[in-house]
Amino acid sequence: MIPGVDGFMYPNEVELQWSLLIVLYPYITGLVAGAFILASLERVFKVEAVRPTYRLALLTALAFLLVAPLPLQLHLGHPERSLEMYLTPHRSSAMAMFGFVYLWYLTVVLLVEVWLEYRADIVRAAQTSQGLKRLVYKALTLGSENVSPRSRAIDDKVGYIVTVIGIPSAFLLHGYVGFIFGSVKANPWWSTPLMPIVFLFSAMVSGIAAVLALYMVSMKVKKTPIDMRCVDTIARYLFYTFIIDFTLEMLDLIHRTYEADESFRSLDFMVHTKLFASQVVLQIFMGTLLPLILLALTQLVKLTAGKRKAIYASVCPMILVGIFAMRWNVVVGGQLFSKSFLGYTSYKLQFATREGLLPAVGLMVLPFVIFLVLVKLLPPWEEKPAAGGQSSAFSAAARN
Amino acid sequence: MDITRRDLFAAGGKLLILASVGATLEQITGAAPPSEAYQAAEHWWGMIIDIDKCIGCGNCVRACSNENKVPKGYFRTWVERYEVNEGTHPEEVQPHVESPEGGINGFPPSTREDLKSFFVPKLCNHCAESPCVQVCPVGATFISPDGVVLVDQNYCLGCRYCIQACPYGCRYLHPETNTADKCTLCYHRITKGLTTACCENCPTGARLLVDFKNPKDPVHELLRANKLQVLKPYMATRAKVFYKDLDGSVR
Repeated sequence: MIPGVDGFMYPNEVELQWSLLIVLYPYITGLVAGAFILASLERVFKVEAVRPTYRLALLTALAFLLVAPLPLQLHLGHPERSLEMYLTPHRSSAMAMFGFVYLWYLTVVLLVEVWLEYRADIVRAAQTSQGLKRLVYKALTLGSENVSPRSRAIDDKVGYIVTVIGIPSAFLLHGYVGFIFGSVKANPWWSTPLMPIVFLFSAMVSGIAAVLALYMVSMKVKKTPIDMRCVDTIARYLFYTFIIDFTLEMLDLIHRTYEADESFRSLDFMVHTKLFASQVVLQIFMGTLLPLILLALTQLVKLTAGKRKAIYASVCPMILVGIFAMRWNVVVGGQLFSKSFLGYTSYKLQFATREGLLPAVGLMVLPFVIFLVLVKLLPPWEEKPAAGGQSSAFSAAARN
Repeated sequence: MDITRRDLFAAGGKLLILASVGATLEQITGAAPPSEAYQAAEHWWGMIIDIDKCIGCGNCVRACSNENKVPKGYFRTWVERYEVNEGTHPEEVQPHVESPEGGINGFPPSTREDLKSFFVPKLCNHCAESPCVQVCPVGATFISPDGVVLVDQNYCLGCRYCIQACPYGCRYLHPETNTADKCTLCYHRITKGLTTACCENCPTGARLLVDFKNPKDPVHELLRANKLQVLKPYMATRAKVFYKDLDGSVR
């Protein structure tokens, strides 16, 4: 008997190939896509109530996007060869497109949108600050200091177009990640055309929850009152998106159970044993049903602002853990059973190794560090009421 | 002596022509193989495995391991023992399968006598439509002109997508090179007119290297006279390892 193995595995299957780092990859890109789609609500769909989170959502997306390729890079057997994916991409490979999709999203969508949004602030900071700070902002202006109303109107128009391009790009970024898994025909746990769309909606759920949580924490830190109209609106969108996500996941589950193909016995057994804690308890009950019920309460029952805030504050972490569990169940779960459907292996998470828990925790902390730096550099809210008021009024005027 | 610009250009030009002629000559001589050399396009390799001839001795696994320096715990080929009941028992619907250390040391005697028991040697199926080749992001794994699925160890990123994509569990990450590794069908041997190490060492002739493009190869007669099957035909990978008398329970 091989330790950690029940039943029969093909001998090369005993060792898991995709580790915790590959769990982080869809989790992080999902947060990016979700946060960006929330930002686009205000920009493209003119949902004015979520305005206070617009810049925050953009910065969240950027902070996580900068980290997104790192777990992949760290996971590679030969990280030094990763550039080959750009230079000699294999056209039939789903994975080969990642670099291009990533670069497109980072450079064409997110960086441009953030820059256009902050341009007036950057120019003002370059003019009013001193020393090194001045140099940094000066560099960030990219040589353009024209912030006349006409120029700002152009910024806004371009920004709008970029966001319109950005929405399908965000869909592409994460739907594509789903396709990487969904197109592996050898693996029945992954191989479903629903995978990209399930990934997409779960991404939106996690991204919206992350921005909502970050907004509430930021307000708490800044000792500023929470804009209830804003969080209520976000929570409503979160609720609707979550229902779609849950429906899709249940559709997948019911379909598998009803069809009960040759892999079903094996996968069903896995869900009831090795994946029970992470799939049934964490993902379905704690990460989905409970937050859905709580969110439904805020929609159906008249609750005080304090209660609603408490619900949002507890629902967001639950969702973030639940979606993480979902990514775990897809990536790790998909490797725990044998492709002979006759046995199971175990995932032994290590600690201070290249693909262990420690670097994974580091990679999850890093986006928050980047986020803090970004917030410092490009404040998403008015730092000084007088000057900031002017700026937001300015950008609002430009937008109208 | 004074060197004019014209002289410099003339000398440079001559050097350039000389260098390019040299390179071209080298390329021509290097590219044209002697007539008796191996011509990849004239072959299309595969294997026929006769289930009823396999005795589970593990010679093939040992030979492969030695020949290809396969790291311990990983397998380019392995042998599975299936123990299957009649399929009518209400509780025991799954076959009992084992492959202790890939069958490298053979198998302990079976304790069950009421079961149908047989051995299934496994290796890379060298699929003509390989899912592993399809997914490689840089094309480091490829199908050679003679139909062998190979990995370029100097190019592989070690992303392991190919290992996930193989329906048969034939690939692993080599712990030393950190690149994907698998059966090469002893490419270093078959291109010299030899057979694979596993076929060479099989005492019962259960494994037979075949060349589908060679009209004199016994494979044509075998394909005509027998009922052959590939593993997981529904995966539509056009596997080129054919099994004779394969039981329906084998996965």
